[in-house]
Amino acid sequence: MAIPLDYETLRLIWWLLLGVLLIGFTLTDGYDLGVAALMPFIGKTDEERRLAINAVAPHWEGHQVWFILGGGAIFAAWPFVYAVSFSGFYLAMFLLLAALILRPVSFKYRSKHADPAWRSRWDWAMFVSGLVPALVFGVAVGNVLLGLPFRLDSDLRTFYEGSLLGLFSPFALLTGLLSVAMIVMHGAGFLAVKIEEGPVLERARRFGTFAALLCIVLFALGGVWVAMGQMGFRLEGVIDAQGPSNPHYSQTVAAPGAWLDNYGRYPWMMLAPVLGFAGPLIALMGIRSRSHALNLTGSSLATVGIISTVGLSMFPFIVPSAIDPQSSLTAWNASSSHLTLWIMLLVTLIFLPIVLAYTAWAIKVLFGRVTIEQVRTNPDFY
Amino acid sequence: MDMAVVELSRLQFALTAMYHFLFVPLTLGLSFLLVIMESIYVMTGKEIWRVTTRFWGKLFGINFVLGVATGITMEFEFGTNWAYYAHYVGDIFGAPLAIEGLMAFFLEATFVGLMFFGWDRLSKVGHLFVTFCVALGSNLSALWILIANGWMQHPAGSAFNPETMRMEVTDFYAVLFNPVAQAKFVHTVSAGYVCASVFVMGVSAWYLLKGKWTNVARRSMMVAAAFGLASSLSVVVLGDESGYALTDNQKMKLAAIEAMWETEPAPAGLSIFGFPDMDKHVTHFDIKIPYVLGLISTRSLTGEVMGINDLVLKADERIRSGLIAYDAVEKLKTDRTSAPAREAFELHKRDLGYAMLLKRYVPDPRQASDQQILMAAKDTIPDVPVMFWLFRMMAGIGFFFIAFFALAFYCASVCQFNKRWFLKLAVVIVPLPWLAIEGGWVLAEIGRQPWAVEGVLPTFLGASSLTISQIWTTIVGFTLLYGTLAVIEVRLMIAAVRKGPVEHPPASSEGGQQQGNAGFAPLPAE
Repeated sequence: MAIPLDYETLRLIWWLLLGVLLIGFTLTDGYDLGVAALMPFIGKTDEERRLAINAVAPHWEGHQVWFILGGGAIFAAWPFVYAVSFSGFYLAMFLLLAALILRPVSFKYRSKHADPAWRSRWDWAMFVSGLVPALVFGVAVGNVLLGLPFRLDSDLRTFYEGSLLGLFSPFALLTGLLSVAMIVMHGAGFLAVKIEEGPVLERARRFGTFAALLCIVLFALGGVWVAMGQMGFRLEGVIDAQGPSNPHYSQTVAAPGAWLDNYGRYPWMMLAPVLGFAGPLIALMGIRSRSHALNLTGSSLATVGIISTVGLSMFPFIVPSAIDPQSSLTAWNASSSHLTLWIMLLVTLIFLPIVLAYTAWAIKVLFGRVTIEQVRTNPDFY
Repeated sequence: MDMAVVELSRLQFALTAMYHFLFVPLTLGLSFLLVIMESIYVMTGKEIWRVTTRFWGKLFGINFVLGVATGITMEFEFGTNWAYYAHYVGDIFGAPLAIEGLMAFFLEATFVGLMFFGWDRLSKVGHLFVTFCVALGSNLSALWILIANGWMQHPAGSAFNPETMRMEVTDFYAVLFNPVAQAKFVHTVSAGYVCASVFVMGVSAWYLLKGKWTNVARRSMMVAAAFGLASSLSVVVLGDESGYALTDNQKMKLAAIEAMWETEPAPAGLSIFGFPDMDKHVTHFDIKIPYVLGLISTRSLTGEVMGINDLVLKADERIRSGLIAYDAVEKLKTDRTSAPAREAFELHKRDLGYAMLLKRYVPDPRQASDQQILMAAKDTIPDVPVMFWLFRMMAGIGFFFIAFFALAFYCASVCQFNKRWFLKLAVVIVPLPWLAIEGGWVLAEIGRQPWAVEGVLPTFLGASSLTISQIWTTIVGFTLLYGTLAVIEVRLMIAAVRKGPVEHPPASSEGGQQQGNAGFAPLPAE
């Protein structure tokens, strides 16, 4: 079969789709994570907490699929990235999985007994299940920016020198906190459009304000750190963007400061960090003016801006290696075969619009603010 | 490779996969039972069927959450614990997993929210459509997962690429329409339908024994009996058997299931009892039915079913051929353009995986002695006694279910489920489908050993480079987490069953009777 797009183009498309998936995940599942992390604080009474839970409940399954799809798509399109990062972050991945398993279970099982002690336990389980993934994602991104401690042998088997605690370096903690702030801001923003006016919504506005401010400060700090700190990698020699996916065929060197190279070469990329700052500001405006839609728009734009900033700064690197730069994974040496990328693109072009269409329909059917009255009377509510 | 890391990784995978599959079969089957019940509601307009649908929907929900939650682990475990496997076959294996997410899981997960929360917001037909999408989504999920698993059993449509040191797809249609995958899909979803039917029968029988909710229980039993009979026939008739003649490993699996050490003249007999002896390669107290095995597995009177000893000899040959391919790959690593190495590789590439079996005994397979080659060839025999007995347990339960549902069908038409001994039987056998299903998976996966991917990648090479303490940490972690959730799940299930269909009573109980519910108790029971 003749493939109408060349290998380089397909790799670029799949690099973009990787970004789309991460952003899609954060926009959708970030809502659930943010609300879960706020659970013990956003509602003072059981009814108030149930209000927040039921604003998320019909959607969490659909949102969670972004995470699973992300895993599957990375596996299919970037098998090296899947293998190196998931085994490299082994214990962190476990924490993440445990938290993500705990979350839906908490939503569902909390409601099965009226006992306050039972419910309070699940509220704290929800807090953990929202906070831990948000933190781990951010810490992981920070470590990827710094480079992971792995090397590949001639069979392309991965060997890893690092520990769980080693992941929590000061810079990674900063990106972890940024991630928490971003997700809490987004969760609070989403909640503001999904529940009726009242004390819970007021608290969501307050937490949203705090998170948005923190987001701006941490994003700025992170930018300064990337610019001043000793991080960055660069490809050397002939770059074969059409070549076979084998890191041993390309040459990488550690080049402190190289994460800013792209902005010099392509000034339009500055749009991403600008959006990263504009988003939280728009969210703040929305919160102040009680325009909840504007609030949610702002938090969504912030997510797009911040994640794009990381991706664009590193391009074409996806997972650089700190201990053996030669093993670094890039968009040109870590993808699936030409044929697989093409088939997966076709599948995506067919099914993603269908998914978006029925997701939109589901949102439409369930549209409207959840009210305390519904929480009291609807037997289907958690 | 540290074999302890491999064994622990296998243990963890087995634990998490088997735990995940406690919930999946019920989701597969109950979703379609919900579609049937809700269809009856939409067609007849009788409130009692809405009550019935919503009751089973509630149990479906409790089960569904854990199915989804534990499925996440599976999607990521190939990367965390089987990183070299993920690199080596991700080009092919990743695709069905990603497509599963995009095509099936999104459908299932988006619509399940609507299914639970959309009763008041959708028309009757609209809600039925939503329920149907959930059933379709969960069953399509199974299709893609089994395409992935089928490829591990029979790696069609792919080839090793020495430039990237991994398997790459050559023919996607061959991966999709893999006959092993198709047989597995039908077999697995049918087993799920049986499982859900037995579950519905059991819970309903318990209500009838207690005299509670008899109107819901009788109707549920009726549906489950019919659905269960069709599914239990499908699970046995459309079993995996058809795929067993395809590859050497599949042949080995069949021979191991039958503990057939020597190739017999066609048509071979089917062993129904015996004690296989792994050391001496004989089966003690073997009782055979002549001709049957040859007929089932080759669909002919003349087809030969190969015995274990001959398959080992064949493996020995393939290892030697694979060594030539291995040598060529090593040469291509240093000189990408070497034409002679390319040529040698192309001639022997289909046996490359066999040479890698030697890595268990010697770091460079090319240095292996004849003795080591023979040891590696013998490694291609899976655990025969385990295979032999697991298969008999699974098949025995399968045949039992055909008889059980035939009886249920008879009971439904003759005595309206009034026989207490039958109801007690229905309650007692509820765990059996899970036993058969888990046994079936163990059989399929033990039978594939020593391969992660048949003839391509030995299991022990697929593991990540982790430390033993790391893996123990996650095994203990998963066990604690999953154990706690299992206890909670079972308690919630029992509580929901005890409570019965109370949350969604019909609009008015008299109305229910006027609509022609004569012969059945009104809600609440009696």
